[in-house]
Amino acid sequence: MASLTDLINLDLSDTTEKIIAEYIWIGGSGLDIRSKGRTLPGPVTNPSKLPKWNYDGSSTGQAPGDDSEVILYPQAIFKDPFRRGNNILVICDCYTPAGEPIPTNKRYNAAKIFSHPDVVAEEPWYGIEQEYTLLQKDVKWPLGWPIGGFPGPQGPYYCAAGADKSFGRDIVDAHYKACLYAGINISGINGEVMPGQWEFQVGPTVGISSGDQVWAARYILERITEIAGVVLSFDPKPIQGDWNGAGAHTNYSTKSMRSDGGYDVIKSAIEKLGKRHKEHIAAYGEGNERRLTGRHETADINTFLWGVANRGASIRVGRETEKDGKGYFEDRRPASNMDPYVVTSMIAETTILRKP
Amino acid sequence: MALLTDLINLNLSDTTEQIIAEYIWIGGSGLDIRSKARTLPGPVTDPSKLPKWNYDGSSTGQAPGDDSEVILYPQAIFKDPFRRGNNILVICDCYTPAGVPIPTNKRYNAAKVFSHPDVAVEEPWYGIEQEYTLLQKDVKWPLGWPVGGFPGPQGPYYCSVGADKSFGRDIVDAHYKACLYAGIQISGINGEVMPGQWEFQVGPAVGISSGDQVWAARYILERITEIAGVVVSFDPKPIQGDWNGAGAHTNYSTKSMRNDGGYEVIKAAIEKLGKKHKEHIAAYGEGNERRLTGRHETADINTFLWGVANRGASIRVGRETEQNGKGYFEDRRPASNMDPYVVTSMIAETTILWKP
Repeated sequence: MASLTDLINLDLSDTTEKIIAEYIWIGGSGLDIRSKGRTLPGPVTNPSKLPKWNYDGSSTGQAPGDDSEVILYPQAIFKDPFRRGNNILVICDCYTPAGEPIPTNKRYNAAKIFSHPDVVAEEPWYGIEQEYTLLQKDVKWPLGWPIGGFPGPQGPYYCAAGADKSFGRDIVDAHYKACLYAGINISGINGEVMPGQWEFQVGPTVGISSGDQVWAARYILERITEIAGVVLSFDPKPIQGDWNGAGAHTNYSTKSMRSDGGYDVIKSAIEKLGKRHKEHIAAYGEGNERRLTGRHETADINTFLWGVANRGASIRVGRETEKDGKGYFEDRRPASNMDPYVVTSMIAETTILRKP
Repeated sequence: MALLTDLINLNLSDTTEQIIAEYIWIGGSGLDIRSKARTLPGPVTDPSKLPKWNYDGSSTGQAPGDDSEVILYPQAIFKDPFRRGNNILVICDCYTPAGVPIPTNKRYNAAKVFSHPDVAVEEPWYGIEQEYTLLQKDVKWPLGWPVGGFPGPQGPYYCSVGADKSFGRDIVDAHYKACLYAGIQISGINGEVMPGQWEFQVGPAVGISSGDQVWAARYILERITEIAGVVVSFDPKPIQGDWNGAGAHTNYSTKSMRNDGGYEVIKAAIEKLGKKHKEHIAAYGEGNERRLTGRHETADINTFLWGVANRGASIRVGRETEQNGKGYFEDRRPASNMDPYVVTSMIAETTILWKP
């Protein structure tokens, strides 16, 4: 019989101009990613040229059944690594028919902050280190772990190679290339301290684009784990006990920080963040208190601490930045399940728009 | 040894002008799709240039054994996504040797309705949302469901991503591209509320072409599930209990509805449909009473209700249509196992030809 793969890999550009656009949005939990596909008459590269669409919000906890339409506004386009050709992935955000952002739409507010002239002038750059855990399907136990038991203690697994130390590399490598293909600014990957846990980094990206790219990368990752028959988890502390949690460390700089004398700008920015520690923590991801314990390379959730090269701090400044007198810093507090629109815009708002 | 795949994928255009035409028809149950193939001397793109053919109707419950020939009249051609090259799929309808449509031939009457001058001038457009359920072979339990048990309740599955939420995407994606290749107006796909259930949309297509394209798309889907070793079901309520059914929502508009002032024409059409609710329901698919309960985004089978953006109604008018004062409406009553020739022509007949 003809194979499914032949059909999935059909290159339609020989037979039609039509393309398939996969519209992607965030569902009612703020972390569930949803998508559906539609046919368009020809290739599109500019999101403003894509039609708005709508979906059944009553099926995602975002609208009542008797008034169920939620409108999708296309915001960013990426090449589709699964369908290839001229087919695309479209990151969208969600509005009522009257044009109001729905409560789970965190992009809208972030876009407002990033278009504030003071923020625009500072060209905020973000590098997000997205950690995640791979779980075996059905049992939801980490990939590579014996069912009903545990692997040997942490030590051998960080950046490891070998069948007894590294679990799921095919997913990670497929994801890396798929994201590069898609046009996402994926800057690297590594195996993490807990076996079955991995990290990819997206950046440096400017402003609102950081959130768009991280969500697109998360979507591509979940499509790939779906193919691999493995379950993806963004839980910040998937396994209790002497096992690392999963974070989304957010590296950040502004034009002033990157210019000569930037180190002082960095220090005053960190001071402003210290004054709003509680507010930031509240927005940095559900369940983070299980992860930010002061152990396992974190600072305690109630403590605001910064230091050069200190992985036990809330904020870490790199040695190179200290030496050069300019550069960037790393907010280590966000959990792996944080919303990048919220975190990136909040850091910009606190450090640029708020007066001390 | 040569692989089967090498042989299946042979490109014959190097060696011969001959093509293979797969003649497709609907069998005695009104839902079983049958097909067989013949060689033709060269490429054909016009159905009227294809020869009539015949088959053994006594093997499909459509003729007695002592007078078993049923004649196939070719009606629509699509490119064959399985054999590719110049090979074709041919949608046919069925006649006695005397030239009379057999009882299961619903296309004949639909074609008469669509060629009525009052209908032709209104250029009726149809968009059909075909839902279907994928079942594991042999056990006939939905794909992705644990055998002997149930998955977690509905909520996470609609438009979802991930190995624990989305089951059978390779079938759906292969079908999308295969239909585009074939020349079917497939306008989109999405994962449905019940896990293992999916939907594709065909349209907008004019008049009789809608039925031809939906049947061709159903045939291609069943060929693809055959390859995947999975069973496709068009049952309108495959699993009893708190699980959505499967429908074939039919979106409809006429020229008058699409023009300025169309909203009044839409309301008048809906009123006529309301007066013939029982007749339509009787023709909208077997077993629909198990699905149209008033729960799970349906209106009760005995109730005729219409509303804007209301997914619990018999007929839903979109917000955009309401806002623009023109557009189309969605008849949500047809079951997934409906015959598109019957449903499309009946809607045209009631709304355009019938004077109450």
